[in-house]
Amino acid sequence: MAKLTTKFKSLKKTTKVDFATYLGVIAVFIVVTVLQNGGMLNRKTLGLLVPICCYMSMAVSLNLTVGILGELSLGHAGFMSVGAFSGVIVSQSLLTAVPNAPVRLAIAMVVGAIFAAIVGLLVGTPVLRLQGDYLAIVTLAFGEIIADLINCLLVGYDASGLHILFNVSGTKTIDDLGLDATGYAIIKGAQGATGTKTIAGLTAGFILVMVTLIIVLNLTRSRAGRAIMAIRDNPIAAQSVGLNLTKYKLMAFVTSAALAGAAGALYGLNYSSLQSVKFNFNTSILVLVFVVLGGLGNIWGSLLSAAALTILPEALRQFADYRMLVYAIVLIFVMLATNNPQFKAFFAKLLPRRHSAEEKEV
Amino acid sequence: MEFLSYLISGISLGSVYAIIALGYTMVYGIAKMLNFAHGDVIMVGGYISFCAMFYLGLPNIVAVLLAVVVCTVLGIVIERLAYKPLRSAPSLAVLITAIGVSYFLQNSALLIWKAAARVYPPVVEGTASLFGGQLSISYISLLTIAVCVVIMLALTTFVNKSKMGKAMRACSEDKAAAQLMGINVNATISATFAIGSALAAIAGVLLCSFNTSLMPTTGSMPGIKAFTAAVFGGIGSIPGAFLGGLLLGIIEALAKAYISTTLANAIVFAVLIVVLLVKPAGLLGRYVPEKV
Repeated sequence: MAKLTTKFKSLKKTTKVDFATYLGVIAVFIVVTVLQNGGMLNRKTLGLLVPICCYMSMAVSLNLTVGILGELSLGHAGFMSVGAFSGVIVSQSLLTAVPNAPVRLAIAMVVGAIFAAIVGLLVGTPVLRLQGDYLAIVTLAFGEIIADLINCLLVGYDASGLHILFNVSGTKTIDDLGLDATGYAIIKGAQGATGTKTIAGLTAGFILVMVTLIIVLNLTRSRAGRAIMAIRDNPIAAQSVGLNLTKYKLMAFVTSAALAGAAGALYGLNYSSLQSVKFNFNTSILVLVFVVLGGLGNIWGSLLSAAALTILPEALRQFADYRMLVYAIVLIFVMLATNNPQFKAFFAKLLPRRHSAEEKEV
Repeated sequence: MEFLSYLISGISLGSVYAIIALGYTMVYGIAKMLNFAHGDVIMVGGYISFCAMFYLGLPNIVAVLLAVVVCTVLGIVIERLAYKPLRSAPSLAVLITAIGVSYFLQNSALLIWKAAARVYPPVVEGTASLFGGQLSISYISLLTIAVCVVIMLALTTFVNKSKMGKAMRACSEDKAAAQLMGINVNATISATFAIGSALAAIAGVLLCSFNTSLMPTTGSMPGIKAFTAAVFGGIGSIPGAFLGGLLLGIIEALAKAYISTTLANAIVFAVLIVVLLVKPAGLLGRYVPEKV
């Protein structure tokens, strides 16, 4: 035991934080599962569990781009959208081939991640040459393009396989796919995916969050992760010591996109109907808010704020119409409180030690 | 003839984008922040003019002036309460605050004016008929284009000739040096927000007249597109915002007419991406290489 303690003490601070994050997620999962099995959660809370897991994973993956790579992305929901719809298509096509729901879900999430990664690579390769706010606007534009493209998509499945039609003129309907008698529609253009078999569950959500954490934390603490952070802190200096900017930027960006895709697939398979409008600019912003409020580059902060800010609007239901107003005011106030020099000095007086520790980290 | 009418509707839509984009570009040029609440100031301008016309029964021109005054004050108040305390904060913190302000305005509008869309009759009615009735242009389109040209000329003169304009240019170049030369940087930034918000009010009236409808989310999408237009033309550049807005409007109108209604936005954004890849600082933006 004493040996273990000394071993634990000799660990680096970041390693300790990482282990604490894993343990925290596992503990919360166990508590929630016990509560769920004991029937102590109402239906509304149960309905929130999978979205919370998805948003946690989204927040951690966006933190990789914004906090660790230091590039502002305003189109993260676009990758989620790609993952969600490709996941839904895969899952619905494999209904008979793979009757086992968890296996099908796993396949759908992997495929969602792969598609999102491909799109991430396509978008990232040209776009990561841009800097700062220009990168932000291009990712924003990309998110809107994805939403529009999916609005034009008609997909159906029958005995002869997948039927995909791109409805550019806006005049085609699901009948134009020419499905046979056994066929069914998967995505109906602007109506989105309908009649999806919902197979997502809390366990899948937990696994998603854990996999996301393992990938992001290990990447961050690796040689590549240090290279990525060096590029964030000073691209010119990083380049001068021989780091390949494009390679490491793409590595972070594509990983982030793939994780968002997996989260999207889980999210898509949690609802029987899903429109691409769900993944518009506002969703990207929502996830960005999670990341910034949780702290840039701070992984457990992202987890916490994603969970808290998904629950907050629901908890404020009793204020009905005022809840989003309260949310906006809380958002502005938190930003002022954490970034204004006067506010900071005020908090520093209250908590002198913590403040100095924070300063050092910066 | 058909093409001409699409082109004119594109130019007038583009003029609205240009007016909004001017607000974005001026604020960005000086405060180096993406003011996401700008689109919602447009919406407030729309509602104020709507209420002034229909509940107070004021003449249209007075209603528009009232909207301009209210939005100007609103812009200054937002700047003072939400952005000024964050002058030295990282840009991402300011961005999130701007998003907070945007949510705040949208949800306040939702509470005050409710979610249902209102029918907004154009401030100027009627259409002009040209070429023996083959081409009809609504007066509001003509007015929009005229207003845009006037604003563009006035703003260029103001920024290039007036003392305040000079101060603005100095601040956008180097805030610290401007301060050393005795320029009141805070007052200059407030003035920029005031001008941007006044323009947003005018854009709000024109946009609502163009769409003939008004709801609390009216400003978001045009806001995003105008922002795109500002980047397209080169953010921080006034002629750039004008050019970007016009081009965006024309591309959107022509894409809607000839390619696909559902894909019009996607096409607009795709053109933006292509332009940025070829000219990373926008059409008229200056590319400033980083010095080591």
